Amino acid sequence: MTFHLTTRALLLASALALSPAAWAETPADTLVVAHTIDDIISLDPAQSFEFAGNDVNNNTYDRLVDFDPLDPDAGFQPSLATAWEVSEDGLSITFTLREDVTFHSGNPLRAADAAWSLQRAVKLDKTPAFILTQFGFTADNVDQMITADGNTLTLTLDQPYAPSFVLNCLTANIASVVDMETVMANEVDGDLGNAWLSTNEAGSGAYVLAAWRPNEQVQLTAYEEYWQGAPEMKRVIVRNVSESSAQRLLLEQGDIDVARNLTPTDVESVAAVEGVSVQDEPRGRILYMGLNQKDELLSNPAVIEAMKHLVDYEGITGSFLKGQFVTHQTFLPLGYLGVLEEQPWTYDIEKARQILTDAGIEGGTITTRVRDLREYIDVAQTLQASMAQVGLTLNIEQMTGAQVLDAYRAREVPIFLGEWGPDYSDPNTNAATFAFNPDNSDEAAAVGLLAWRNAYEVPAEMNEATVAATLEQDADARAALYQDIQRQYQAEAPIVPLFQRIEQVGLRDGVQNWWSGGAISSVMYRQVTKGE
Amino acid sequence: MALTDPTGAATQPSRRRALTRRRARSVAGTVLSLALTLLGLLLVTFVIGRVMPIDPVLKVVGDRATQAQYDAAYIAMGLDQPLIVQFLSYVGDVLRGDFGRSISTGQPVAQDIARVFPATFELAALGTFIGVAIGVPLGVIAAARRGGIIDQIARVVALVGYSMPIFWLGLMGLLVFYGMLGWVGGPGRQGILYDGMVPNVTGMILVDSLLARDWAAFRDAFSHIILPASLLGYYSLAYISRMTRSFMLEQLSAEYITTARVKGLSERAVIWGHAFRNIAIPLVTVIALSFGSLLEGSVLTEIIFSWPGLGSYITRGLLSGDMNAVLGGTVVVGVCFVLLNLFSDILYRFLDPRST
Repeated sequence: MTFHLTTRALLLASALALSPAAWAETPADTLVVAHTIDDIISLDPAQSFEFAGNDVNNNTYDRLVDFDPLDPDAGFQPSLATAWEVSEDGLSITFTLREDVTFHSGNPLRAADAAWSLQRAVKLDKTPAFILTQFGFTADNVDQMITADGNTLTLTLDQPYAPSFVLNCLTANIASVVDMETVMANEVDGDLGNAWLSTNEAGSGAYVLAAWRPNEQVQLTAYEEYWQGAPEMKRVIVRNVSESSAQRLLLEQGDIDVARNLTPTDVESVAAVEGVSVQDEPRGRILYMGLNQKDELLSNPAVIEAMKHLVDYEGITGSFLKGQFVTHQTFLPLGYLGVLEEQPWTYDIEKARQILTDAGIEGGTITTRVRDLREYIDVAQTLQASMAQVGLTLNIEQMTGAQVLDAYRAREVPIFLGEWGPDYSDPNTNAATFAFNPDNSDEAAAVGLLAWRNAYEVPAEMNEATVAATLEQDADARAALYQDIQRQYQAEAPIVPLFQRIEQVGLRDGVQNWWSGGAISSVMYRQVTKGE
Repeated sequence: MALTDPTGAATQPSRRRALTRRRARSVAGTVLSLALTLLGLLLVTFVIGRVMPIDPVLKVVGDRATQAQYDAAYIAMGLDQPLIVQFLSYVGDVLRGDFGRSISTGQPVAQDIARVFPATFELAALGTFIGVAIGVPLGVIAAARRGGIIDQIARVVALVGYSMPIFWLGLMGLLVFYGMLGWVGGPGRQGILYDGMVPNVTGMILVDSLLARDWAAFRDAFSHIILPASLLGYYSLAYISRMTRSFMLEQLSAEYITTARVKGLSERAVIWGHAFRNIAIPLVTVIALSFGSLLEGSVLTEIIFSWPGLGSYITRGLLSGDMNAVLGGTVVVGVCFVLLNLFSDILYRFLDPRST
């Protein structure tokens, strides 16, 4: 009898729970985003250098200068700083700060907080610290080089850098202003609050971090006292959904408003669904092919030139990378100062064969390691087929991203296929890694430079031009310098930019003003609205 | 009998003492064996982690780090120490209850596990319940009517369960029951309207919502868990039903069953009252193993259904060289297996009259 009762009870409960339900759409004042957010390691702006972490920080903190999400093409704009003045010798910049800003804690935001935040990032010396230390700041001198006085903050530089270079760097996540009082109240063993700030926030941004459950969810709530006005979306929930198909289903059912990791197949399906649209947005990541100059065959200029014609640019962007990448053959992403829009290489097997024949190269074998991501493997296999047609054999070893990166930093990957994303919104970010390598020796261990990782001995004049471009005060002249560098680079460099990433975002109808951050920044939610 | 004291008065306490000593030795032996098992498990996992060609330092400092930043992190993580020192230091920390900090999440491993384990436990428990509720009767009937239609169905069910990729089946399930029919909730443990609405007591949302008597939250959580649990239940069912059938066939061919039938017992009494009671012990072991494997082996299900569980936590840790996370997760799974074995042993005593 008990058995029968239990069975009935279970059946009843199941029937109730599984009865067809019209799943409610997301609330009008809540934005629900599906995204892969399992890369967050730390939410401390002095340390965070991953996409999802920066997405959070970009909304919970303010910076001295920032982008207008409704007009990102306008470049950096006043934010916490209302104005700035560059000294005549170009060695210092003085910022005037707003006086009506409060942190989420209620503490007023002062120039002293801004100065301390920058000093703190330099002293902690986490990975993104180079964005600030490249201006000559060190742990020893930063207290003198970055100073606050009343509502002004002064940066003293070691060289008269281009103001646009400095200001672009100040839009980076590491330049976020943190609440000194709150952070120092949570300092442990002289860590300047790093451990605490890794899982908490102390900002003044449009959103307050309500909860972060790693690999699961980030919840933000609107900061009603925000100095630019309280955002319309009172709650933003970012759910970690790593499967594209799952994102698609959630979007179609109305359980989320935004899907950020859709594959081309799912984009096609979503685009046909009523009530959903797809927005394309160029991001800053460049998919490139690095030809390691330690490899005898790949260091032959004829092979370098031939390889540029063995990539089926149109075929790839028209098939398995459709919608996700566009052909882009220079190291600066579209949207950056001085970017070249010329595309000098075409897929031409005959031309490649001729170049190799002229150079007396009859064939050769290369064994390389490729990260086990579908995009990279597909590109590698397409390249393998093209190379076979000209007598070159490419053996592909698939490995995890961590394994490939490890080998790449040790200069042990003959042909690297992968992406590089800019670290800040200035052209120097990519020029200084693709086209700059002052010491190509193994001992230099300049593991952060792509040129070094590929053992590319950058010509002295290109190294010098890259440095000179950071000092050029006139913006037009600076743009022209970068264009010259890119032309020389295209002519000879063995690290070949191929494609630029496009983010295809699935949006429910009614979601307006979505901005993923373009090529220059991270996502912002404060301008997003949801209409009918 | 030779040792029995005719008076009986003096021997009772000494017998008790002897019994107590035996029990104490038995408990001590069990604890020692448990400790050695876990230590061995830790050692093997630790060594695997260290010989894997994945650099955990890069996970911490990232692609752009300079050599100096890399070296500083390398030392801060203690990787410059000899392996044995690293291992002993880790074991020492674990004994103090400190599982270290995960480099993937930046949070203490104990805190991470306290979050992900209940999610997995809830899913695996419901999956096993479904697997047992259907798999055991199916296996018994398939054996009792060998070659019949039920047996054929059980065979096909098991074959499909063994051979169908769970990834594909999960996506199809989502597409049909969530996307097309709207019968169940989508990926994730809860709908956003219910997120954080129920006080976190056990970490298992079904249980917590029942404790809070929040029926709407329970219904929502149930609608989210039922599909992945059914999927796991199906795979569990495939295994359990085949094993049940096999055990039953062995029993049904035994002489005592023939005797029971000759005595005129009903077929129902022969099958359920005699044969089934005798397969209970191996069946408990099978169910316990099946449950244990779901605790750490349901990675793909967790990925498809955005279920933040232990399996995907350990796998993610392994792929990024996050050995604190892997070791912490492994210890938990190891302890679970030990507890399941213990639980099985206890059940044996109830199920097997000879063990008393």
